[in-house]
Amino acid sequence: MVASRTDNSNPARIPALGSRVLVLLFVSIVLMVLDHQQDHLGAVRRTIGTVVYPLQIVVDAPFRLWEWVRTGTTERNEMQLELGRLKAERLLTNARLQRLSALEAENARLRDLLEARAQVRDEVRVAEIIAVDANPYRHTIVIDAGQSENAYDGQALIDADGVIGQIIQTGLTTSQAMLISDPSHSLPVEVNRTGLRTIANGTGEFGRLDLPFITNNADIRPGDLLVTSGLGGAFPAGYPVAVVDTVNRIPQEPFADVTAIPAASLNQVREVMLIWSASELADE
Amino acid sequence: MSRAGVAGRTPVIVSIVVSLMLMIVPLPDWAEPFRPDWVALVLIYWAMMMPRTWSVGIAWLVGIILDVAQGTILGQHALALCFIVFVTVRLHLLIRVFPMQQLTATVFAILALYQFILFWINGAAGVDVDAVSYWGPVITGTLFWPVVATLLRGVRLRVQHGL
Repeated sequence: MVASRTDNSNPARIPALGSRVLVLLFVSIVLMVLDHQQDHLGAVRRTIGTVVYPLQIVVDAPFRLWEWVRTGTTERNEMQLELGRLKAERLLTNARLQRLSALEAENARLRDLLEARAQVRDEVRVAEIIAVDANPYRHTIVIDAGQSENAYDGQALIDADGVIGQIIQTGLTTSQAMLISDPSHSLPVEVNRTGLRTIANGTGEFGRLDLPFITNNADIRPGDLLVTSGLGGAFPAGYPVAVVDTVNRIPQEPFADVTAIPAASLNQVREVMLIWSASELADE
Repeated sequence: MSRAGVAGRTPVIVSIVVSLMLMIVPLPDWAEPFRPDWVALVLIYWAMMMPRTWSVGIAWLVGIILDVAQGTILGQHALALCFIVFVTVRLHLLIRVFPMQQLTATVFAILALYQFILFWINGAAGVDVDAVSYWGPVITGTLFWPVVATLLRGVRLRVQHGL
């Protein structure tokens, strides 16, 4: 058994296999308990993450190349159509922006009158999604911004339409983020129309959020916009989250059955924006 | 260890790295629950054919990397891979002389055991689970086994005999 080290020839048992397995299984269980209950293993994950990052880059390369080739070979008239569409969109956005700056000025004046603390603008930076979690029961993504870009745990991510999720783990140059549709994600929101505050939970489906704590007599109806309330501290206030889809009032239950559709297209985005909220910037 | 020295390890490591990459390739939503467990298939093959060089240690290491890549509980895939590779190594003399059909049936059982361990840990950790994502990878993994085994056989013959 000792003499021969060939893999094939010796039909004998592998020495010390059982004890090695026992040790490794034990280590795995200790790791899982530590990871699940206390979340002490951020550093370990970060270290191993640096091994995974090159793999993700390589896996992503063909998709990037395809995207590049596709945009490079788009027909000229298609490009012109796209250009026209973008121009029209820009005009519209600019028009809205003009109104916004007027409103912002007015808001500042009113806040002055009320002697309220002035709202400060948040800082935003674009990051790209480089990987999407394979497990449908954990909606997480990996983005190409990490500690070197000053990303931090709990940082909010948005796209052009609304809130996407938050960073749960910052690596050196990448971070892992949980989407708002993740079953274990909860987000403090308020109804834009009425100011009613509640919680939006992820459901595991990209197109649906649950609002479990809305009383039967609450003023809420399909089409209401939900925005972040800023309570809880993780998300800055005022970003759109979802639009109420169904309101099902059940007479004998204390709470109505309310679902909402996320404003951001969670499973289609390639780019996300990281928000450094004003309060977070002030801390630094 | 005729030719399976340091040089002989490279192709095996490459096959494991490729299987890891296949685990993180983005798939469309509908296909996600049916992603075969490439890493498990590759590790089962090497544990069956070269159990002295590739057994529980490498399985555990690859499992930890997979945990980080997929954002699962740290140690979940490590434990599951380690255990099924242990089972494979214990059975390797028996199963590696099986004809392909019988071997595929065995791999089906091993993959089912693998998913069972993953689901058990998910359940203990309070992660929601359902039947499609349990049986999806088991079935597609079994279907892909003959392909993986044939490809890796080519690699193995090259490693062992320098063909």
